[in-house]
Amino acid sequence: MNNNLLSAGHTACSGCGQSLAARMVIDAAGKNTVVVNNTGCLEVFSTAYPESAWGVPWVHSLFENAAAVASGVEAGLIYLGKKDSINVIAQGGDGSTADIGLQALSGMLERGHDILYVCYDNEAYMNTGVQRSGLTPFDTNTTTSPSGKKSSGNIRPKKPMPEIANAHGIPYVATASAGYPQDIQRKVKKALSIKGPKYLQIHVPCPLGWRHEPNLTIEVGKLAVECGLYPLIEYESGKLSAVRKISAKPVEEYLKVQGRFKHLLSNPEEIKKIQAIADYNIEKYGLKLQTEAGS
Amino acid sequence: MRQFIEGSHAIAEVIKLCKPGVISAYPITPQTHIVEDLAQMVADGSVDAQFVNVESEHSAASVVLGGAAAGVRSYTATSSQGLFYMSEVIFNIAGLRLPLVLTCANRAVSAPINIWNDQQDSISLRDAGWIQLYAEDIQEAVDLHIIGYKISEDKDVMLPVMVCMDGFILTHGIETVDIPSQEQVDKFLPPYKALYKLDVDDPMTIGPLVGPDYYMETRYAIQKTLGDCLKIIPQAIADFSKDFGRNYSGLVEAYQVKDAERVIIAMGSVCGSIKDVVDELRSKGKKVGLLKIVSYRPFPVDAICNSLKDVPKVAVLDKAVSLGSYAPLASEIRSAFFGKKKAPKVISSFIAGLGGRDITKDSIKEIYRLLTAKELQEEFIDLKPELLKEKYE
Repeated sequence: MNNNLLSAGHTACSGCGQSLAARMVIDAAGKNTVVVNNTGCLEVFSTAYPESAWGVPWVHSLFENAAAVASGVEAGLIYLGKKDSINVIAQGGDGSTADIGLQALSGMLERGHDILYVCYDNEAYMNTGVQRSGLTPFDTNTTTSPSGKKSSGNIRPKKPMPEIANAHGIPYVATASAGYPQDIQRKVKKALSIKGPKYLQIHVPCPLGWRHEPNLTIEVGKLAVECGLYPLIEYESGKLSAVRKISAKPVEEYLKVQGRFKHLLSNPEEIKKIQAIADYNIEKYGLKLQTEAGS
Repeated sequence: MRQFIEGSHAIAEVIKLCKPGVISAYPITPQTHIVEDLAQMVADGSVDAQFVNVESEHSAASVVLGGAAAGVRSYTATSSQGLFYMSEVIFNIAGLRLPLVLTCANRAVSAPINIWNDQQDSISLRDAGWIQLYAEDIQEAVDLHIIGYKISEDKDVMLPVMVCMDGFILTHGIETVDIPSQEQVDKFLPPYKALYKLDVDDPMTIGPLVGPDYYMETRYAIQKTLGDCLKIIPQAIADFSKDFGRNYSGLVEAYQVKDAERVIIAMGSVCGSIKDVVDELRSKGKKVGLLKIVSYRPFPVDAICNSLKDVPKVAVLDKAVSLGSYAPLASEIRSAFFGKKKAPKVISSFIAGLGGRDITKDSIKEIYRLLTAKELQEEFIDLKPELLKEKYE
């Protein structure tokens, strides 16, 4: 099977969760796909001229406009009578999705374009050197939300992008994780089987920005899900339709393997606050695995 | 067919004839009538296009970028703040070498907010890599859109074209306009066949990261193409004039310049008023003339110098300011003549009509009157001195 739509040889860092997830996405989507990419790590490491890792038609315009450019591509394909046989995927990182590109994304979702938008969420502006974004978690140490005598890092929790996307009344919203590659592919295929705007947010560990060992990418991704900090959920037609059940590991297990949370390990009060976020997610989405005894 | 028609409606009619497949726009005065008409045409089925109602001008420009990248003729229109909000995408479209036509309904820029006409918006984007053509009247605006697509899609060009028409004066003015037939337009402007596009059967990467080893050549290539356009544009205009029975002269239009002692250089609708004043003053024996600039980008240095080499005194009328420096058009006219043996002795600079202040025949006569042996720098016409005395204490 030829799965080289995002081929090897690109310049992503060792252990890059985004490159893994992006390959899962495009291989699941297949060759009849046009990709529109925001500026960011993915665009930089996959298209340094004169090389390109992409085996599908691919266009990058600016940091924040992939959703709008994709809207134009989709309109053009409809005009040409080709849309029914071609997928359009718009994609970008968390900053270009939830911050600077939120307006363009909202417009795309609201207008009902038949596009899958994929947000690769590595929880900060990694391409420019790990600055905080609207999707940076609470208490994360980044270069613009550093911990210090008067701060324990990022002061706000993650912007609830899946809920914001879902509030547009679109047919499909899901989260996924580089920790579960097959789940990414299942969700991409499901999304592309549905006509209309779809939003998929994939948690992609970044060894450089999160400061974990590159060989831990999958494990770190799984820990985020297993502790309840990154719930894997699906909304269909506005309703929560599926969640990945978890054993609810303590958040500390996830935090302690990453340098970006190192400052918290001697601060149990802050860890409690983060545990409260996980507990809230577990409660809200019903994530807890029920034992046979029904505990 | 000749119709008594509002400028915006005429533009919508000609865009319909150009058969774009993707149209996207965001409302801004005074561009709105154009896109309202097109939306109605799409709703009625008389235009077979995808009309994408976006949440901002940034997205309007991005949508037509996407349409063009998909290989489809695309169209948008905007004005003033809208053009500025597009500006990031405007530079990007030219860099990606995508063909497109955009109507700029020229309007002043904030602050203070002002919806009326001057040309500060498009002039401020002169370095974006777009071809900028300025219309004197509604007929010329209509025709420049057809010519614009022809030039933009030329495989030796592949650059976007901005057709600039003065807001309200032309967009909301009503004139008798010859709207060409569909057959005429189809013959001149065949269906768009993209040189390169997003094609699943022939995948290509558009808009990659380009480092120091390659970037300069991409900018050089645009500069070179715009230089070539100094031949391609007049040829397209000549072809159009022949096919459609017009008598356009090309990059510039010299009106009563041959024996003139004093000439005003200007762009856009004010040229019509200047022609009236020229006729009036000529009837009184004054040797005055007008040089109308149609193509501001590329800037037709040779055409300008050839037209004016024997004219002793030239006045440049700018409807924009480069705050803190020389007026934009005046500074380029002076540069054009720098070091030339045959050049006007006087090149005076005038700024008029900002924020919709009328440039009347008297304003134009005042410019001719002030065009003496004494060279003037950035002389504002029709300023109200009483307003300048107000102090904020």
